[in-house]
Amino acid sequence: MPRVKKIKTPSDLETHRQALVNERDPNKRVVRICCTTGCRAGGALNIVEDVKSELAKQGLENKIEVKKTGCRGFCENGPVMAIEPEDIFYNKVKPKNVPEIISETLVHGKPLKRLLYTDPETKKKIQKEKEIPFFGKQVRHVFSHLGTIDPTQIDDYIAEGGYGALTKVLTTMKPMDVIEAIEASGLRGRGGGGFPAGRKWRSCREAPGIIKYVIANGDEGDPGAFMDRSLMEGDPHSILEGMIIGAYAIGAHEGFIYVRDEYPIAVEHLGIAIEQADSYGLLGENILGTGFNFRIQIVRGAGAFVCGESTALMNSLEGRVGEPRAKYVHTVESGLWDRPSTLNNVETWANVPLIINRGAAWYAETGTANSTGTKIFSVVGKVRNTGLVEVPMGITLREIIFDIGGGIRKNKSFKAVQTGGPSGGCIPASRIDMPVDFDSLKKVGAMMGSGGMIVMDENTCMVDVAKYFIHFLMYESCGKCVPCREGLKQMHEILSNICEGDGEKEDLALLESLSAFMIDASLCALGGTAPNPVLSTIRYFRNEYEAHIVDKKCRAGVCRNLFEYFIDEDLCNGCTLCRIKCPEEAVLGEKKKPHTIDVDKCIRCGICYTLCKKEAVVVM
Amino acid sequence: MGFERVDEILDRYGHRHEALISMLQDVQRLENYLPQETLQYIGKRLEVPLSRIYYITTFYKSFSLEPRGKHIVKVCLGTACHLNGALQNLEQIRRALDIREGETTGDKMFSLETVNCVGTCALAPVTVVGDKYYDAVTPAKVEKIISNYSGKAEDAAGEED
Repeated sequence: MPRVKKIKTPSDLETHRQALVNERDPNKRVVRICCTTGCRAGGALNIVEDVKSELAKQGLENKIEVKKTGCRGFCENGPVMAIEPEDIFYNKVKPKNVPEIISETLVHGKPLKRLLYTDPETKKKIQKEKEIPFFGKQVRHVFSHLGTIDPTQIDDYIAEGGYGALTKVLTTMKPMDVIEAIEASGLRGRGGGGFPAGRKWRSCREAPGIIKYVIANGDEGDPGAFMDRSLMEGDPHSILEGMIIGAYAIGAHEGFIYVRDEYPIAVEHLGIAIEQADSYGLLGENILGTGFNFRIQIVRGAGAFVCGESTALMNSLEGRVGEPRAKYVHTVESGLWDRPSTLNNVETWANVPLIINRGAAWYAETGTANSTGTKIFSVVGKVRNTGLVEVPMGITLREIIFDIGGGIRKNKSFKAVQTGGPSGGCIPASRIDMPVDFDSLKKVGAMMGSGGMIVMDENTCMVDVAKYFIHFLMYESCGKCVPCREGLKQMHEILSNICEGDGEKEDLALLESLSAFMIDASLCALGGTAPNPVLSTIRYFRNEYEAHIVDKKCRAGVCRNLFEYFIDEDLCNGCTLCRIKCPEEAVLGEKKKPHTIDVDKCIRCGICYTLCKKEAVVVM
Repeated sequence: MGFERVDEILDRYGHRHEALISMLQDVQRLENYLPQETLQYIGKRLEVPLSRIYYITTFYKSFSLEPRGKHIVKVCLGTACHLNGALQNLEQIRRALDIREGETTGDKMFSLETVNCVGTCALAPVTVVGDKYYDAVTPAKVEKIISNYSGKAEDAAGEED
């Protein structure tokens, strides 16, 4: 990065931005390669190195620009890359494809058909990103920089108009104007409860005290949700800009970003972003010469789910054990070090510059009356196109799962979708046409949470799902209050019994009364919402519980004591693969003749079931 | 061992008590775990009761008070991984390494751990060995993944792309 002297005034920032834009050659060929966790797992960094060294070898390094970008959300098909100005989008790129990509596409601008996306229905090759159904229905506002800018280059962000919202706030708006704009936009917290952000900011501004804090929650503990990781890795400056604006509005001079320890790239990129913003004078003393001071520190979490809860997070920031506090005193009045603190999720912060730049009225046009704007969901599980999608609030589940997500894998039938992480609930297939917004989700017994959307098919056992979440929460309960600590333990025992075939008819009523008690008596939201997965599965899938308890059958083939594998003789071609791989020698049969499974020897490890190409191994 | 490197870390954070968790995380990187003597030393230097240090190191999951193996195998048990068969993979890994979660193999080569979610849910089920992510793992693939690290099949190591 060229060293830039401190930017001392808003007009200097604008001059710098203009210079960056003018330097750009719109006809220059650029290849943008996603380099965040998902695509890195597929070898994206090797691809970048190979492309760079090959270009250098051919003397093309100045003619073709290689950019390492954030996530486009299409993780299922990673590593992905986009080539401009031709607008060519490649999927599942491997290092061995690099020579051809360079000789054909980067030198001549010709697309390689093999690497284009194939529509699973029509089998047609699609060249442009926007024409792929996965992207077509999305409205990418918060994600607009993901996949375009290099998150480690502040100039990329500035060239796209970054820090323009900050300039506007510092030069033309009073703190109360900012709060009113956020209130008018209808922005609600993206991390869980959906509390109106503007109201939170106002309470914090009005709370007595000279020292106040802003905090970004990047703890993203909900299993199945990874949009915050993607934002922190792919567009860290938008989070910083949102936080600086928030700090100005509430009157804070110090901020913290609390990031999960499991996200090393997010920590790295946020660190680089803070350093760069600091050297530009966008953080620190006298920001843009306006006299406003603000600093941000990164604090890494240490692997405790409960630290996503606001008061537990604040305890953790203070260097203590992450146990929640009783909430009769609000954190906006007495939070971190007992001072007024505004805590928002990183996605919420990233929405702030948008609202300031384009206005509250523009923002509120998207979404529904009570849930404005867009929301990023991680659509994962048994869906075909897994990944991150940004959609307007109020879109239906069907559009997300079938139009964008491409439906269920292997053409199996859709059973349910789980939203809201361990505090959320399961929504059955019959509600597929419901709108997705804060209030509608609550009405059906689920919640928005941070936006995890886990799609389940006929092979998912709903009792097992409930047991999974309760097991998760049992280990993550901090143990401070009895209802949560003991309630979860008992619930887990009852659910385990049901899954092992020892369930009794009274168990369902017992689970329900235990749930009611935990909701009423738990200290924090972890315990108070913990029964949701149990209650929602009982509500919609009571028949599955009854099948486990009465018939002792798990028809999804998950609970090991309650099903058996057997081989369909009509489908088996005797390839012997399952026989060779079976660790217990439970598969019998000769080559090219139908095999059988010795039920007594079978440990139901699932190897034969996942290996069989003929789908001859079936669950009974 | 001396505590020079521990001191360096404590100095970097200016011995501030509120940075205790960060310091412990950095200290853990030195040896992959937190030895008892080190914790006692930190307690003395920072004038923090040892009970508070143990309270923290036993509360947060990312701390280990036991020595860990050369390769840390982390099986993601996030929801997407769970639905796609993470438990079956975990069981296969247990069998292959002959250890359970939280344990280390006798030759100190592997430690087995589970994690709530590594945030790569689109690649489920995921297992992480060291810092390498393996996606779409099935029970049948487990043996090959482990053999990449066990030294028995050196030549197999380069095959994963």
